[in-house]
Amino acid sequence: MHGITSGTALWYASRATGVVSLVLLSAVMIIGILVNRQGRLPGLPRFAVLGLHRNLSLLAVAFVGLHVVTAVADSFVSISLAAVVIPFASSYKPLWLGLGAVSLDLMAAVIVTSLLRRHVGRRAWRAVHWLAYASWPVAVLHSIGSSTDLHRGLLLDLTIACIAAVAGALAWRVARASAALPRARRVPELMADPRPMARAGDR
Amino acid sequence: MTSVTAGSALAPPPGPAAGGELPRLLPPAGRAAGLAAHLGRHGPVPYRGRARALIGDLRAAGLTGRGGAAFPVHRKLEAVAAARPGRAIVAGNGAEGEPASHKDEALLHGAPHLVLDGLQLAAEAVGASRAILYVRRDVRARTRLDAQLPPRRARGLDRVPVELVSAPARFLAGEESALASLVSGGAAVPRFTPPRVFARGVDGRPTLVQNVETLAHLALIARYGAGWFRRLGEPEEPGTMLCTLHQADGSVTVAEAAIGTPLTALLDLDLSRVSAVLAGGYHGAWIPAGRAAGLTLSNAALRPLGAFTGAGVLAALPADRCGLAETARVARYLALESAGQCGPCRSGLPSIAAAMGDLAGLAGAGGRGGGRGPDPRALAHLTRWAGLVEGRGACHHPDGTVRFLRSALRVFDGEVREHQHGRCGARSGRPFLPVPAGPSTDEDWS
Amino acid sequence: MTAKLRVNPIACSGHGLCAELLPELISLDEWGYPLVSGQPVPPRLARQARRAVTDCPALALRLDRVPEPPAPARPAARPGPAPRHDPATPSWPPTGRGVTAA
Repeated sequence: MHGITSGTALWYASRATGVVSLVLLSAVMIIGILVNRQGRLPGLPRFAVLGLHRNLSLLAVAFVGLHVVTAVADSFVSISLAAVVIPFASSYKPLWLGLGAVSLDLMAAVIVTSLLRRHVGRRAWRAVHWLAYASWPVAVLHSIGSSTDLHRGLLLDLTIACIAAVAGALAWRVARASAALPRARRVPELMADPRPMARAGDR
Repeated sequence: MTSVTAGSALAPPPGPAAGGELPRLLPPAGRAAGLAAHLGRHGPVPYRGRARALIGDLRAAGLTGRGGAAFPVHRKLEAVAAARPGRAIVAGNGAEGEPASHKDEALLHGAPHLVLDGLQLAAEAVGASRAILYVRRDVRARTRLDAQLPPRRARGLDRVPVELVSAPARFLAGEESALASLVSGGAAVPRFTPPRVFARGVDGRPTLVQNVETLAHLALIARYGAGWFRRLGEPEEPGTMLCTLHQADGSVTVAEAAIGTPLTALLDLDLSRVSAVLAGGYHGAWIPAGRAAGLTLSNAALRPLGAFTGAGVLAALPADRCGLAETARVARYLALESAGQCGPCRSGLPSIAAAMGDLAGLAGAGGRGGGRGPDPRALAHLTRWAGLVEGRGACHHPDGTVRFLRSALRVFDGEVREHQHGRCGARSGRPFLPVPAGPSTDEDWS
Repeated sequence: MTAKLRVNPIACSGHGLCAELLPELISLDEWGYPLVSGQPVPPRLARQARRAVTDCPALALRLDRVPEPPAPARPAARPGPAPRHDPATPSWPPTGRGVTAA
């Protein structure tokens, strides 16, 4: 039976905030994937969905911040500040922590460009935002490899649920995208329909 | 079938002899002018020796663009000439996306060296370091043009090397931002403006885009002066223009006429055989034949009726055809030619075309047969959709389509009423206006 | 200095957030695309307008600064539209006109 010392408290806090971060980031990903073009979440106006996506991501940043700070401050293992942002620079589990650093760097790029999106311009913002699709799986790998917490019990179920949810959302969107026509083909497709006046309009 | 013969048209009207001045652009004998003949008639390229020098002459001449928008040429050159020396690009636009127009094709065939001279003079005037000739994709024409360039370079006529770029045979391929997009390596589809191409065009550089006919006029003004240019035409609309004339008997010719020429001198407007005239191409407007007989080839005369000279397309609709059916066929083509980039155009034009097809009673357009008439809501839908798409695209494709359509509903209002009762007075269903057949794919944009 | 809202119709994919945030100035057509009022944005709506511009998922909404008085219409040089100069009704004697001889 281990007592909770101040040393191990930080270590537990780091692991706990890590789990919360993973769940929050998964939720952010799912909302981002599902709400595309004229799609929406039922019951919520579009600006509320955007607000949810944005607020959850900022909350995730807060928890990731706590996760990192407690990990660095903790004396149980030695993780330097540099290792937080420079991938694979840690002496403790360099690979798995390195992945965490990679994910953090990508996340930072997405968040910063999103906060400054009016000034960054449409194309640059879109390009960087797509890095989110890299940031999340890297974060998942980091989570699984950095500690054995997620390998059993409820936390394992939670991890599987997050992965399944994001994968499911992605599969749904890919299916919709492949069924949808590219813009240039939509006009001939509409023309082929003999009674487009009955249509609500292309969406 | 139709044939294009450069330089032939109806006999000139009686009156002051102006035949000696014409044709200016097209070669007099009707045969294509090779380099030797061109140099013999006009001499070498009259370079001015410095940038901007030509702009004053163009201002005095009052030359406006011959690609459809009639924008003052000197103002475009001034805007592009403001760039750093060597930064600007000039492009001659011979894409001629309008299916009913053949004048650029005729000009590039009959007098390519006038166009190429104009391109060089424009390049000098704006300090351009790159010259592009943008022509509709056509192997024979392209090969012919390719062959005209080396002799010019050999004689030192071309100071800026000319790049030939092939344009897809799409209606919007000749739009100036579509031209800039294609030459920059993208698809030939319009871009969002501002910035306009004179500020940021090909590769982000200031680009002067002029119709090839405009460049040909420019090449002559540079030699003979503004006063010469103004000897034909009207004070407010000086000079001559090339026209593509579609006669009611089906013949198609390209002719050069002074602005202000009566339409009766260009088209056979026998009222027993012609019901309406289309002026300005597929983004232009219909005019009743009786009224057209009293008009001249000028914006001053055509604007009050909602039309304009545009790129010089004039078509006389045979009296035995249905104007609504012709309009519906063209509307379908225009809808298919949408770049599909902007929601209102992409959604609205197909709906408009289908409603028009329904109203016109075209088979396969969803119209109900058997004399029951079209959907009674078709006209109301058309009116609403027309208002919804106007001005909401990145280019003027929806606007022009709406103008064309509204003119049809205005001019053929009697036919509209007949059609709503399931009747059509036309004796022939044979198509008249040229509409290209064949599927469109998005590969065709590049 | 006033500001006018403008949509980049190529970037716009009809998300519709703008109409939710600024219903006083933006509504949606039957296809889901924005109909933007061409009037200058009143000062009381300026903040909402800026928010709509920032929140557009496609960054398709713009706020263009327009100096007072409103600028004259920009010249058109694309196929189809009417040129901006209106030729005065001529009262001149017509100069030579003719048609090319066959």
